[in-house]
Amino acid sequence: MLAVAGLTVTYGGTTAVDGIDLDVGDGEIVCILGPSGSGKSTLLRAVAGLEPDARGGVSWDGDDLARVPPHRRGFGLMFQDHALFPHRDVQGNVAFGLRMQRLPGVEIEARTGDALALVGLAGFERRRISELSGGEQQRVALARALAAAPRLLMLDEPLGALDRALRERLVTELRALFVHLGLTTLFVTHDHDEAFALADRLVVMHDGRIEQVGTPAEVWQRPANAFVARFLGWNVTHAFSGADAAVRPEAVRVVDHSGVSGTVIARTFRRDHFLLAVRLDGDDDDSEVVHAEVSLDADRVPDVGERLALDVRPGDLLHFD
Amino acid sequence: MTTARLPRPVRIALVVVPVGFLAVFFAYPVLAIVGRGLVPQWSVDLDPLGDVVTDAALRHIAWFTIWQATLSTVLTLAVGLPGAYVLARCDFPGRRVVRALVTVPFVLPTVVVGSAFVALLGDGGPLGWLGLDQTLGAILVAHVFFNYAVVVRTVGSLWSHLDPRPEEAARMLGASRLRTFREVTLPALRPAIAAAGAVVFLFTFTSFGVILILGGPGTATLETEIYRQTAQLLNLPLAAALTVVQLVAIVLLLVLTSWIEGRQRVSLSLRAAGETARQPRTAGARLFVALNLALMALLVGVPLGVLVTRSFDTPSGFGLDFYRALGEVHAGSTLFVEPVHAIANSLEFAAAATLIAVVVGGCAAFTLASAHRRGLDALVSLPLGVSAVTVGFGFLISLDHPPFDLRGSWWLVPIAQALVAVPFVVRVMTPVLRAIDPRLRDAAATLGASPGRVWREVDLPIVARAALVAAGFAFAISLGEFGATVFIVRPDRPTLPVLVFRLLGQPGPSNFGGAMAASVILMAITALAILGIERFRAGTLGTF
Repeated sequence: MLAVAGLTVTYGGTTAVDGIDLDVGDGEIVCILGPSGSGKSTLLRAVAGLEPDARGGVSWDGDDLARVPPHRRGFGLMFQDHALFPHRDVQGNVAFGLRMQRLPGVEIEARTGDALALVGLAGFERRRISELSGGEQQRVALARALAAAPRLLMLDEPLGALDRALRERLVTELRALFVHLGLTTLFVTHDHDEAFALADRLVVMHDGRIEQVGTPAEVWQRPANAFVARFLGWNVTHAFSGADAAVRPEAVRVVDHSGVSGTVIARTFRRDHFLLAVRLDGDDDDSEVVHAEVSLDADRVPDVGERLALDVRPGDLLHFD
Repeated sequence: MTTARLPRPVRIALVVVPVGFLAVFFAYPVLAIVGRGLVPQWSVDLDPLGDVVTDAALRHIAWFTIWQATLSTVLTLAVGLPGAYVLARCDFPGRRVVRALVTVPFVLPTVVVGSAFVALLGDGGPLGWLGLDQTLGAILVAHVFFNYAVVVRTVGSLWSHLDPRPEEAARMLGASRLRTFREVTLPALRPAIAAAGAVVFLFTFTSFGVILILGGPGTATLETEIYRQTAQLLNLPLAAALTVVQLVAIVLLLVLTSWIEGRQRVSLSLRAAGETARQPRTAGARLFVALNLALMALLVGVPLGVLVTRSFDTPSGFGLDFYRALGEVHAGSTLFVEPVHAIANSLEFAAAATLIAVVVGGCAAFTLASAHRRGLDALVSLPLGVSAVTVGFGFLISLDHPPFDLRGSWWLVPIAQALVAVPFVVRVMTPVLRAIDPRLRDAAATLGASPGRVWREVDLPIVARAALVAAGFAFAISLGEFGATVFIVRPDRPTLPVLVFRLLGQPGPSNFGGAMAASVILMAITALAILGIERFRAGTLGTF
């Protein structure tokens, strides 16, 4: 089990990771979700031992890892943009960690083959890295991390560089693979869909701190604070109840009268609905903007520039403590 | 893309000027040497060439040339690689200054390097007791001093851009620091190490001024022997035969180098240099950085410091006597003019050479930037590899009779110096011209600029700056040029390097002091030229 306590990383004057506490249980898949610049990659690198400036505790099954160099931690890290060795072929990349473990050649060969088969690249052993597509490079990077059988697998934006269709397919495959292998996994992403689909438990990070920890369902249904709510696409406004509260765009209704009035400033087509951005009437220029969904089979969809009124049911409002 | 929009006559001129210049002043003299070496008196005579192969003394010279170049290369790499690491990957205060300072020896005239080490290792020098003067040891130390920057710059620039994540990936997969260096870093650096090694080998293989000044009876190389056979023994056929041997060796070397480089092409992922450097954190890392910085300070600072000190260290105490004496002709001196005239000679020759080199090299650079012409590229690089001595000797035996009778012409020296500088001008200008983003021109055109206006507004400012930088380099090189100049310069018009060489060859403390003082003056003028380049270079070059 991985235990992180009070982990802090400071670069010059800025604190990238600020006193993080986090446990990852055996076989658990934990995702760190946050916008870019929130310190999530730095957290991963600090756990790997690649940030010499990190302070605080990282331990595995109770053993303190502070003085253990990266190559003795037994953790695997799949890098953003892969970091494959350009001077070695696919086999040379995947076998690298096994060679470091001084395994016999026969076993290296067998396990390299297994790892490549696992990611669907059987027979790619002699290919050069430069000949591979982005998706194939991603799979080689995954095979390289998996082949060494790390006790903790970490992935930094594992599906970052891929197109949407490939990403959606791989998300399902990856989760099945991690569960099948019983891997303890810690990964980082800025993409909600990827995080919700892959993780047992989510950690939402912002400005080097943890904002919320919970299962995907918990986080999606009850964001802990205004930041998490906004990051997940909720409106956060005091227009409807007088106090700051979060409400999902699909719960905001366009009404004929009463309610809160405003002007449509943008209309975006979103597959199964239109998303309206409505600037609420106010005294100043930076008055609030609230998003509302209008279904495709509504009588009519308001146009940009149109004035309308918005309302929500009290039960759809989420108040923060 | 650069020349495509220019009128056809201009484009033709851009090719004809460099090709014509190199044909007359490089290819023709070299062919004349081959002719002298193999077919004197219009019949093939392989005796001189046979002598080189069979004569034990000459065979020893050939082997020694290879041996000292190999040793110099290995030593320079061994000393330079840790330095390259420190300057590329370690972040410490004053890193940019140190990086600039270690480049200083490389731009110094070879004669200055030679006299600095004579000052350090010779009679009365602080390290004279080592007995290294006139030995292989002195030559090796001077070669390391001179070429250290080649390794630090070539390998260091790749190292500083090398993506550190494959190294981290190796660490994550269980490789120790040493193992990571061997398995990941070294293979990635290999092309740069090979390139730096090849350049150092070529430079030390054709090293002339340093060996002539620092070497002794047992340290003759092909270069110094060509000079001795020509200038002292007047055995031109043998000198020509030696030059042919050297030419063959250099061509083989260049072919081998490009073959090795071609085999090693690996596409690397590179990053901005600023992202890869880190502050040394552990005590061991700090010690490593400190040791390397101390070595750089010793290597660069001590010889130059001793040179400057000894130029003031007169028999009557510290003073400017040696500098003042440069204005007088001594009785019994073999110098025909006041040494101070050498400064004026040097400046005039170098100015003319710079003009020629920038025009010829600039034309070549324009052509090379617009289209990849391997023939022209190879032709303009050749004078660099073929050695200044070959150029000088070739001029001596080919330009003294029709069709190109330039005997006694003042222009002979600047033309020879320009020939040596042209490859550098091309190397500096071509990448800049090539890097002009064609979209800038398209953007200017869509904003309403005519083709001429586009050239004036987009190309010209970039070109002018590149030309100024190239001119600074050409001036510094011409100023310090020794190998070719010493063959062809008239005795009554010596340049500074030639003056230093002659003074060192004469006995007595006043001649020695004069050589020191003249070296310091030469070093100062060179430094000014290089500082001028850095000013023009600062900021804008390469950021377009």
